[in-house]
Amino acid sequence: MIMRYTLILAALVAAASPALADGWAPKITDPLVQKECGSCHMAFQPAFLPARSWDRMMNELDNHFGEDATLSADKVSAIRAYLMANAGDVKQQGVARKYMRWVAPDGTPQSITENPAFLRKHRFPDRVWQDPKVVTKSNCLACHTQADIGNYDDD
Amino acid sequence: MIRKLSILAVIAVIAAPSLSWAGDPARDSILADYAAQAGKADAAFSTFSVKRGETLFRTKWASGDPRTPSCTSCHTDNPRNTGQNAKTGRPIDPVAVSVNASRFTNRDDVEKQFGRDCKSVLGRACTALEKGDYITFMAGQ
Repeated sequence: MIMRYTLILAALVAAASPALADGWAPKITDPLVQKECGSCHMAFQPAFLPARSWDRMMNELDNHFGEDATLSADKVSAIRAYLMANAGDVKQQGVARKYMRWVAPDGTPQSITENPAFLRKHRFPDRVWQDPKVVTKSNCLACHTQADIGNYDDD
Repeated sequence: MIRKLSILAVIAVIAAPSLSWAGDPARDSILADYAAQAGKADAAFSTFSVKRGETLFRTKWASGDPRTPSCTSCHTDNPRNTGQNAKTGRPIDPVAVSVNASRFTNRDDVEKQFGRDCKSVLGRACTALEKGDYITFMAGQ
């Protein structure tokens, strides 16, 4: 009897734990990636895109969503290696399982915010998006206060 | 012993204020490089100007990205404040050296940031004179 309660309790704790729910992404552990990818926006966890998307993005930094985000060649190659090794289709953990489902087999999507897995969780009236603290849909931290460490379960 | 301690005390008293006045050696070296470049571009160059730096900071250029007409678009009117990236919404640490002592101490970062921000705000690269003026203004803020 006590055993059964213990199991139920353990199951409840597991369900409430962000690490076991699906709204998380493995956090970035590389200081260079954290610094350079996080210098204008929050550094997005590599789990949100497949490796071939990151590869393409690192080739097109001169026009990075309209911005010149060029870096020295040695930094580009170190960052590329980390992002590709930890990409959603490689690690398949947390959010990756949902996000990778929507990526075409040879697709190289660049905008995480256009993934249907993102869209179906973010159906808000315009006034929410127009809040001055939001600025843009890719500003995860405006609402998910721990997004920078990969926790998106506070919705 | 007491004599030794009092000498140390005297040194401390003399050194403390001068330390707080002295610029960071890395920042000074970056400024010296910009000064050399500015001198090469214009033989009449003498020193960087706080006033020109402040004007650069506050001018509405209208020649770059419409979201960032001015440095103040992201850094606010007061460089001692935390700013916000006008394109991404990300908070930006203050630019004023008095509240953020590590500003303008890493040459690569300084060049990278001027490269990106001048393009965005002015629609062109900044000159060495402008970079030096800007840092000089921020060093006094």
